[in-house]
Amino acid sequence: MISPNGAFEPNAAAEEFLPYLDRLTEADHRRFYRDMVVVRKFDTEAANLQRQGQLALWVPSHGQEAAQVGSAYATRAQDHVFPSYREHVVGMIRGLDVVDILRMLRGVTLGGWVPEEHGNFHLYTLVLASQTLHSTGYAMGMQLDGSTATGNPETDQAVIVYYGDGASSQGDANEALVFAASYQTPQVFFLQNNHWAISVPVARQSRTPLYLRAGGFGMPGTQIDGNDVLASFAVTAKSMDDARAGQGPSLIEALTYRVGAHTTADDPTKYRDPEELAYWVARDPIVRFRSYLQGRGIEQEFLDAVDEEAADFAADARRRALEITGPEQSVIFDNVYAEPHPLVAEQKAWLKRYEASFDEGKN
Amino acid sequence: MNTGTDTSVASASLPMTKALNAGLRQAMQNDPKVLLMGEDIGPLGGVFRVTEGLIAEFGDKRVLDTPLAESGIIGTAIGLAMRGFRPVCEIQFDGFVFPGFDQITSQLARMRNRHEGGLIMPVVIRIPYGGHIGSIEHHQESPEAYFAHTPGLRVVSPSNPHDAYWMMQEAIKSDDPVIFFEPKSRYWPKGEVRFGESGTPLHASRVVRAGTDVTVVGHGAMVSVLLQAAELAAAEGISLEVIDLRSISPIDYGPILGSVLKTGRLVVTQEAPGFVSVGSEIAATVAERAFYTLEAPVLRVSGFDTPFPPAAVETHFLPSPDRVLEAVDRALAY
Repeated sequence: MISPNGAFEPNAAAEEFLPYLDRLTEADHRRFYRDMVVVRKFDTEAANLQRQGQLALWVPSHGQEAAQVGSAYATRAQDHVFPSYREHVVGMIRGLDVVDILRMLRGVTLGGWVPEEHGNFHLYTLVLASQTLHSTGYAMGMQLDGSTATGNPETDQAVIVYYGDGASSQGDANEALVFAASYQTPQVFFLQNNHWAISVPVARQSRTPLYLRAGGFGMPGTQIDGNDVLASFAVTAKSMDDARAGQGPSLIEALTYRVGAHTTADDPTKYRDPEELAYWVARDPIVRFRSYLQGRGIEQEFLDAVDEEAADFAADARRRALEITGPEQSVIFDNVYAEPHPLVAEQKAWLKRYEASFDEGKN
Repeated sequence: MNTGTDTSVASASLPMTKALNAGLRQAMQNDPKVLLMGEDIGPLGGVFRVTEGLIAEFGDKRVLDTPLAESGIIGTAIGLAMRGFRPVCEIQFDGFVFPGFDQITSQLARMRNRHEGGLIMPVVIRIPYGGHIGSIEHHQESPEAYFAHTPGLRVVSPSNPHDAYWMMQEAIKSDDPVIFFEPKSRYWPKGEVRFGESGTPLHASRVVRAGTDVTVVGHGAMVSVLLQAAELAAAEGISLEVIDLRSISPIDYGPILGSVLKTGRLVVTQEAPGFVSVGSEIAATVAERAFYTLEAPVLRVSGFDTPFPPAAVETHFLPSPDRVLEAVDRALAY
């Protein structure tokens, strides 16, 4: 819809989705831009924190902001979102404090938040594609408890699940598509094709464009320019509307690019062509949307204010990340089971006695 | 159509398949959130007919014939549990659980822990297991140790129809995931099932035959082998105390240690390979907790540390009453 130079030039395939853009106000456009800029600054700050030994690992989202922001705004409050582990801004839009994401990466929790209290944004899942099946089961549950396809768009629910080109090769991703098609779940598979699964290019994952796989499973598939935030919003809005209305699952392949490393443990200079990187940097989603907004006469003061807000946001996140303290050792044993378990209880008591014995020695 | 067992009577003589069916049916009647998932469990009633008649009684929103994909079954059951359902998944045969192993061990078992206690995972995974049925590869295995080794799971196995009836209901009531191993060689022999009665916690081992000389422990189909061994031993004047483990994780050591205190001798038995097995765990724990009461080393009688063999030689692989008695004799020789 928006060309790389920021002009609004929807192609023929985009036409059926254009009415969804009418839902967006000027304020929405500003929010899209603001969120993309803020999360990129946060992303940079989090990577710095990792380099400074304050996080065990960081998972950059640089380059994928438009795919994530547009799709996230297409969800409604009653929907459920199953992320992979790179969808920081999706969580932010759903109401998650992104510092909660840092808790997990700082090694003080295996989770980090209560999904139902944070916009139904579920926990990150680190085993690739596992969450696709959980999301499909969850969507089956929506059908079974009558929370979807009642004809009321204000309450009907749907699920969106995020995964990537690498995860698309996993058996679970394919089984999820089978189950979703079989039960006609209210669900959107949002596949961010960022072209690289750590060091392996997407060509090794698939000899066919990934969105075409949807047809083989019996559901519609759409490929979008994932660096166009309006395309991401419009196509996801239609797909989620269809899902809530009982028209079954669909797949969206958002073509985007992982500009940064896979994680802070990765070194993409060892396997990526600098020219490819330059190609995608020239298609930066934030630069593009800024050009689009400027073409519509956005005032420079707004853009400057967003930059300032992003800097403040990142600094605040940094400050609060450094304040995250470790859990009590009892967290090892708590919540392994919901009901009492003698072995875990014995070991918890033993560790407490054992560690207390050192304190006794000091007295 | 209702092909279910009449449970309005006090008791009935049933095979384990029918007892499990009655237990599932009772649980589904008690709680509308209980639903069944699996391959061929609908109109066919499962390859062992354990779910026979349930789709007719409860409909296809409570009994889900699924696509043929074990990871898909477990993974979607996790999602359904997150949504508030209590799924009971049927894995068709022991050897077919492994495509779902990642979802069980990396997801199902840890989901509550990852959520810092914020959710429950009341998922039951039913797995027909074990040998003695003369079948082909992947149809006679005993993979319980893999699951017992995984924190977050509970693992149980009934040995008789009555236990199957109430343990199934207790497993479904559990807010933790339960791997429910059904000894398929015991599917067909009938036993008395007392309906409406339970009163026993899910994880309680039980002395099924009192004795004084040697304690023998087993679970699932091994229990009937141990009872046969005890009969043979009694004819020779040797008194075996037989303990049905019932729960593999956690293990209820009370009756085992109480028995060893009396006999001083323990033989642990299982169809599974013995290396890093449930029997190994019991042997280690009893050695730690009852060292001075032991008159002999704890001995294991297991399947061999080989793949389950071709059915033609399975009787040489599976622990028989005679193999149990050979170990009993060794224990008594100390």
